[in-house]
Amino acid sequence: MIPAAFDYVRAESVDHAVALLGEHGDDAKLIAGGHSLLPMMKLRLAFPSVLVDVRTIAEASYVRVDGDVVAVGALTRHRDLVTSDVLRTEAPLISMAAAYVGDPQIRNRGTIGGSLAHADPAADLPAAVLASDATLVVQCADGRREIASGEFFTGYFETALDDSEMLVEIRVPRTGSNGAHYEKFTRRANDWAIVGVATVAGRVALANMGSAPLRATAVEAALAEGASVDDAAALAAENTSPVADMNADAVYRKHLARVLTRRALSAAVGV
Amino acid sequence: MQVQITVNGEQHTDDVEPRLLLAHYLRDVCGLKATNIGCDTTSCGACTVHVDGEAVKSCTVLTVATDGAAVTTLEGLAPSTDDLHPVQRAFRAEHGLQCGFCTPGMVMAAAALVANNPDLTEAEVRAGLEGNLCRCTGYHNIVRAVLAAAREVSA
Repeated sequence: MIPAAFDYVRAESVDHAVALLGEHGDDAKLIAGGHSLLPMMKLRLAFPSVLVDVRTIAEASYVRVDGDVVAVGALTRHRDLVTSDVLRTEAPLISMAAAYVGDPQIRNRGTIGGSLAHADPAADLPAAVLASDATLVVQCADGRREIASGEFFTGYFETALDDSEMLVEIRVPRTGSNGAHYEKFTRRANDWAIVGVATVAGRVALANMGSAPLRATAVEAALAEGASVDDAAALAAENTSPVADMNADAVYRKHLARVLTRRALSAAVGV
Repeated sequence: MQVQITVNGEQHTDDVEPRLLLAHYLRDVCGLKATNIGCDTTSCGACTVHVDGEAVKSCTVLTVATDGAAVTTLEGLAPSTDDLHPVQRAFRAEHGLQCGFCTPGMVMAAAALVANNPDLTEAEVRAGLEGNLCRCTGYHNIVRAVLAAAREVSA
């Protein structure tokens, strides 16, 4: 499979990348690892006329403590999220979820910013970022703004990012190992989640239980009121409308959400 | 656009379309046919090569994105057929292949795995080869081969 023809520009810096986006508008797409975009281009589901390659912008690949948060550059690869000592100590849910993305070759290429901006509802990192209550920093030619993770994922492959904006940093609250766990159900190696559950600090987010990752608010409220893990997890499918596909129908997905939430919460509290 | 890529130690300068995938560049422009294209959807790993020492699936990498990089294919892994890489020797000794289609990608993924950490457990080998599928399902001998190669490298 061969993508439709496009022009290619390698951006030298974040400023250069957003200037190029400003110039080309919605004809342009950013590419980093390309492991979500290129498959869509090969299937001709996406056909941007300009690709702006941001992969080699070193200034946007980092993991560092910044006050109460861990600041993660959007171009940090999954491989580096998995091995980051800072993340593993201060915000381990992100490392845990990154370890489930694809396979080693994919983790060598793919980036956290790419995964979040692509916003596949079955992806691992969007649910982890949502459960972490992280803040996303985006930049356009006019400057930067912050978007709460709860407002970033707006629908099926849709985000609050404007065409002229680049996701540049993910600010993840420092939780320590406070109840962090990611539970993922798949049938095959290196596959997307049929359902995924991310939990940290009493918050719970679901992957592939709707058109965007969701907070399991009923579970969180029950936990806050002192409910047992079993009783709270039984509420995991409330207010969800999962799709039916070749892997699972909606009833089965709701069942998985309850079971995986129970497993995730149990693992997170060490029982 | 013009790219300069070091392929198996040789400097190549070529004029390529931006949409040319690395797997097609290696096979059709460089004439290196060991790199197989299996699923063409980033799943099977048959097209695995090394870019700057790291295993990647070349069906999902643009050639222009490897401008300035060093690419190693199966043809470039060993200095000669008389002096094979430890992973290649182990695949032969342990019967780590049946039809052979997945083998170039398996060997390249395994070589990167062993280079990263030769102190591998069986579980780590299986997890490390998660991105490579064998339709003959010959995984037991493949895992045995990679463990044998890892033992040789760490000895």
